[in-house]
Amino acid sequence: MVTDTQAEISAEIAKLEAADAGTGVPQPRRDYPPYRSSLLRHPTKSMVHADPETIELWAPCFGHQDVAAAEADLTIQHAGEPIGERMVVTGRITDGDGRPVAHQLVEIWQANAGGRYVHKRDQHPAPLDPNFTGAGRCLTDADGNYRFQTIKPGPYPWRNHLNAWRPAHIHFSLFGTDFTQRLVTQMYFPGDPLFPLDPIYQSITDAKARERLIATYDHDLTSPEWSTGYRWDIVLTGGHRTPEVDA
Amino acid sequence: MTTPGQTVGPFFHYALPFDGGQDLVAPGRPDAIRLHGHVYDGHGDPVPDALLEIWQADADGRVPRTGGSLRRDGWTFTGWGRAATDATGHYTFTTVRPGPTEAGRLPFFAIVVLARGLTHRLFTRAYPPADASGIAADPFLAGLDARRRETLFATPDAHGLVFDVRLQGENETVFLTFPGHGES
Repeated sequence: MVTDTQAEISAEIAKLEAADAGTGVPQPRRDYPPYRSSLLRHPTKSMVHADPETIELWAPCFGHQDVAAAEADLTIQHAGEPIGERMVVTGRITDGDGRPVAHQLVEIWQANAGGRYVHKRDQHPAPLDPNFTGAGRCLTDADGNYRFQTIKPGPYPWRNHLNAWRPAHIHFSLFGTDFTQRLVTQMYFPGDPLFPLDPIYQSITDAKARERLIATYDHDLTSPEWSTGYRWDIVLTGGHRTPEVDA
Repeated sequence: MTTPGQTVGPFFHYALPFDGGQDLVAPGRPDAIRLHGHVYDGHGDPVPDALLEIWQADADGRVPRTGGSLRRDGWTFTGWGRAATDATGHYTFTTVRPGPTEAGRLPFFAIVVLARGLTHRLFTRAYPPADASGIAADPFLAGLDARRRETLFATPDAHGLVFDVRLQGENETVFLTFPGHGES
């Protein structure tokens, strides 16, 4: 039985942000009690520092045998058109040194326009959309660009606390040029009123860092009579392989 | 500036796992082994909504440089696999033992762990069993506390290797951070 109120969760969020002020940690806290599911699932011992060894200096390869071009369009997977605001999301993936992550796999998944996932464990009583599954894949181009056509996901309730709602988001799964750059994250939309209330978004206690998860509305990506457009660029951690090894 | 991570959440099962994802080689191939285990939380309860990925050299220690993981042809070793835990927190891969890639370093499976409740991915390694001299000669392993080091070693069973992941607690798995990650 969930009994924590939003006010209690918000007070915990504020306390942890204040505690981390000035540290500039670029990643979420794994030990973040306002996100209740993290309580028993965060490591309590320090990470061990390791230098990447051979296999970790390379990333798995994906090619056109893995991903069909149509998988980047989440609006054409069924007989009809999904309900919702049709949108494009595109951007460039670079590593920490500014090098493009070329020909690499990008996977996304999301709720439908009503805030409902196809997933069997989603019990939100919002309608499923028979024309929307909400999963897509693409490969980046030679310059690290990715592009998906989809519909804008809705916010949805969850049971972290009473009246908990997630800001609308798209999940992203990313690979770099070496294994240590693997990243799974979420992209958000500008101006969402749920940001200050959400313990998943706020698990990144540095405001500047978490704002990097918010896409930018880009009118140049919007097409007349068709679709809105958002840009979201992604920066992975630095690659560890030297150019000589690549050659 | 680096893009932060976020939890994989509870709803990844219809998007990330794929048919054949856990079979880096065909089960039943003469040199195939099973790499499997459980993921546990801080109470020792199984985690039924975790996702593991492995990345490894082939049996001769070569780093695979070929696509085809998502739609396997049954013949090409791509070195990468993905498996979700089931309702009992159990995952399984069918693969081969990785060969050595560097002199003086023991071979291992590189592993990423994702789960609902885990705000950011975790890296670890699963080493096949090794003798004391091999461990002593490996600078990374030799530098670890002996008891914590045990969490990185898989144990043999009838069909291969068992590697459990403990996210928290007494025998918490050693998780890794790499230069530039800015983690502690």
